[in-house]
Amino acid sequence: MPSIVKPQVTHPGLEHNALGLTIRDYEGGMSTLCAGCGHDSVTAAITHALWESDTPPHMIAKLSGIGCSAKTAAYFARGAHGFNGCHGRMPPIATGASAANRDLLCIGISGDGDSLSIGLGHLAHLVRRNVRMVYVIENNGVYGLTKGQFSASADVGSTTKRGEANHLQPIDPIFLGLSIGATFLARGFSGDKRQLVPIFRAAMAHRGLAIIDVISPCVTFNDHEGSTKSYLFTRQHDVQMTVTDFVPPAEEISATIPDQGVVSIPMHDGAMLRFRSVPDGYDPTDRLAVMEHLMSARGRGEIVTGLLYVDEQSSDLHELGNTTDRPLTQVAYEKLCPGSAALAGVGFR
Amino acid sequence: MAAQQVAQPRSKVNDFALKLANVNGTGSSSANNLLMRSIFRMGVPVSGKNLFPSNIQGLPTWYEIRVNKDGHVARARTYDLMVAMNGQTYARDIAEVASGGFTMYDSSWPLDRDLIREDVTYLGVPLAEMCNDEFRGPRERILMKNIACAGALVAMLGIDMDVIAQLLTEQFAGKERLRESNQRALRLGHDFATSHFDFPLPCHVEPMDATSGSILIDGNTAAALGCVYAGATVAAWYPITPSTSLMDAFSKYCAKFRRDPETGRNNYLVLQAEDELAAIGMVLGASWAGARAFTSTSGPGISLMQELIGMGYYAEIPAVVFDVQRVGPSTGMPTRVQQADILTCAYASHGDTKHILLFPAHPAECFEMAATAFDLAERFQTPVFVLSDLDIGMNDWVSPALEWDDSYVPDRGRVLDAGELRELEVYHRYEPADAESVAARTLPGVSELGAYFTRGSGHTIEGAYTEYPEEYQAVLDRLARKHTAAAEHTPAPLVDQSAHSAMAIVTLGSCELAVLEAIELLAERGIAADYMRIRGFPFGAGVRAFLEAHERIVVVEQNRDAQLRTLLTLETPVSKDQLHSVLAYGGYPLSAEDVVDGVTKILEA
Repeated sequence: MPSIVKPQVTHPGLEHNALGLTIRDYEGGMSTLCAGCGHDSVTAAITHALWESDTPPHMIAKLSGIGCSAKTAAYFARGAHGFNGCHGRMPPIATGASAANRDLLCIGISGDGDSLSIGLGHLAHLVRRNVRMVYVIENNGVYGLTKGQFSASADVGSTTKRGEANHLQPIDPIFLGLSIGATFLARGFSGDKRQLVPIFRAAMAHRGLAIIDVISPCVTFNDHEGSTKSYLFTRQHDVQMTVTDFVPPAEEISATIPDQGVVSIPMHDGAMLRFRSVPDGYDPTDRLAVMEHLMSARGRGEIVTGLLYVDEQSSDLHELGNTTDRPLTQVAYEKLCPGSAALAGVGFR
Repeated sequence: MAAQQVAQPRSKVNDFALKLANVNGTGSSSANNLLMRSIFRMGVPVSGKNLFPSNIQGLPTWYEIRVNKDGHVARARTYDLMVAMNGQTYARDIAEVASGGFTMYDSSWPLDRDLIREDVTYLGVPLAEMCNDEFRGPRERILMKNIACAGALVAMLGIDMDVIAQLLTEQFAGKERLRESNQRALRLGHDFATSHFDFPLPCHVEPMDATSGSILIDGNTAAALGCVYAGATVAAWYPITPSTSLMDAFSKYCAKFRRDPETGRNNYLVLQAEDELAAIGMVLGASWAGARAFTSTSGPGISLMQELIGMGYYAEIPAVVFDVQRVGPSTGMPTRVQQADILTCAYASHGDTKHILLFPAHPAECFEMAATAFDLAERFQTPVFVLSDLDIGMNDWVSPALEWDDSYVPDRGRVLDAGELRELEVYHRYEPADAESVAARTLPGVSELGAYFTRGSGHTIEGAYTEYPEEYQAVLDRLARKHTAAAEHTPAPLVDQSAHSAMAIVTLGSCELAVLEAIELLAERGIAADYMRIRGFPFGAGVRAFLEAHERIVVVEQNRDAQLRTLLTLETPVSKDQLHSVLAYGGYPLSAEDVVDGVTKILEA
């Protein structure tokens, strides 16, 4: 068969997490992406974050749309259910899954075509509903599977392999999110796993929708000289706006790290976000200030990365819907059916 | 005005039709409802059809009331009494009055020349004048004019004033001022009519006992309740006429029945989606995760959902879709009725797809078939469509009181729990299949042992990605067998072969009342016909046997292209030449006369 089964090799020296699982237990099928694809590095970071967070694999739901990014949902957490849906439609499918079972850790993997073109409307409404999930955009500026057309995130002036320039304005998911009320916005670079892992961990703990836009170069169609989404260009222009530590609820905040210049933001479940390095005047909870910083950075031609904005105060989908704490899938039928006696008052008599 | 002698043609006690022509947005619907409900309260079989425009204010709107002691309350084509209150439509309205019938008009102004017909008696009531004298403020004057009109009709039709006063008391409980002004307006019209004409008219109501134990309910409300009773917890939708009231009712009943009394928290979640693509996506996501989930929509929404419906079919995910059909194609006539989504639902989405369809004919069936739809969707792990329509969904029908069997246990289909998974050597999503070609599914959040990757791309029986022909076909062929197996589980047709005729009429959905009445009318003319109403697709043995037992079959349906007939020729062995069509697709509910005319034409050909 054309799908490739990944051999499961474990090393006796591998570390175990609190569930007694090793990083191998959070891996998935063999990647069929191109050698050097940025997406595989993103997969590795997600795998690591899941392992670190001690999440039981069966409580994870992996969701994706269509495209190279969509395939990556198969490459981690083999013990989790996956849903590879239709192009651009992952947000509503994830919304439904989360509505039905609020205990699932939903991880959506999308791309710039999936999220910023065909599924842009769904992404915007996912933001409005603040569905509690991790939403990763593996952003490479091109349609890879159909051989290199520009996507909606391609920068003006960025070229195809053959040298044609893009003239259309890009859609930036971070600016979009800031303008419509997103509660967690981060940008990463697939070439920097050290930055990505704590961002994913924070995203998994976030009360609401966590969008992580990851510049993830397409080695086959968009890693050339004229591209603004290549490894080289991203490395040269990457400016880490913030450096963030995720401190889980159980861990003591280490006294050895000086408090000077550190911004700590408590998360809803007792975890802590610690921003170690932020520029003067940058408050990751102030939507307007973040917007101003990012606008001026864009003017300087910088690709700003880091956990850029967080709002732990807004209600998520289930809080807005006043749904019961127990997942709806687990409410007994007897509690759902009013019974024949309740029909006495139905209709006009 | 001097007392006027009313002509007395044949008695039409508890057997007549009237039509109220109005301008929409003027508050006529509550007066219309009041009339229909009071006739129902008097124990007389009645129907009310609201022919309303896709507009908020200013376009023509009609309300048709048919009263029939024998229960023949399908739409009438001609009217014994026309209440002509809309100058825009005088010419059309007067043409629909039966010879010897009556027309009531607002005599605050002279009788319009368009309205004049020699074989019609005119009843002038100065409604505007009376209400301008009696009420203050333009809004109240307009609203009360409708109630005064109803008051005049109460007198003309012999409706019990106590019954209607009681209705007003119920309707305006706690709003004494409103009740009083409505009562005053009603009395105004009533008193004018009784002091100026000899009443009641030949077409009038006398009390009966034919509606006790019945209720008035619309199909959307009944369907919504059915979803509550079936245990649906997630509903996703996008507003669209004529299905909106289904989700409104679901929300209303959930707020009543699904709020935990201890915690005040909801055991349901209604998601108003950004479009119909999202609505069906949410339903698939929720069903995949294990909830009973549904959406309600109409034709344009079905068109938008096509891609994900195919995903649900191919990846084998349950979904329940209520399609309250309206007139297409395109925007069509959003507030008019058709049964024109039959084929698009039967084969919805690209590629080889086939779906399960249910065809309710009235509100009580909307209620029952909701649970059937969820049972079939989960048993066969596939989308199921309930094809209601605007007439059933939005009009009030006299219905037997809804009944629920408290011993009902939902058929959740084959779903493996953690314990069952532990006993398996290995779990594969699409094998082994049971006798009905269904393989067990697993839900996320239960066990790693049941994990699989749901995909709309080519997959093997194990659920893995494939592009090999034999592996792809193995799954696709099983899906066809599964659809065939569902035929024995779709609701059996309703059949009446008491005419022992070689000729039969086959129909579906809201055509039922008109067809049953037509069969009686045809019998009076010496034309005998057996009857079958199809209630589900794939067609079961009952449908095939009936078709085989009749030489000449007339299929009555409300679309241009004979979609049910097409489906029968495609999906049963019946010969195309055996099937004839009577088609009504102008957007008004079907009348018995439409059927009689159509059948007669076929027999004469």
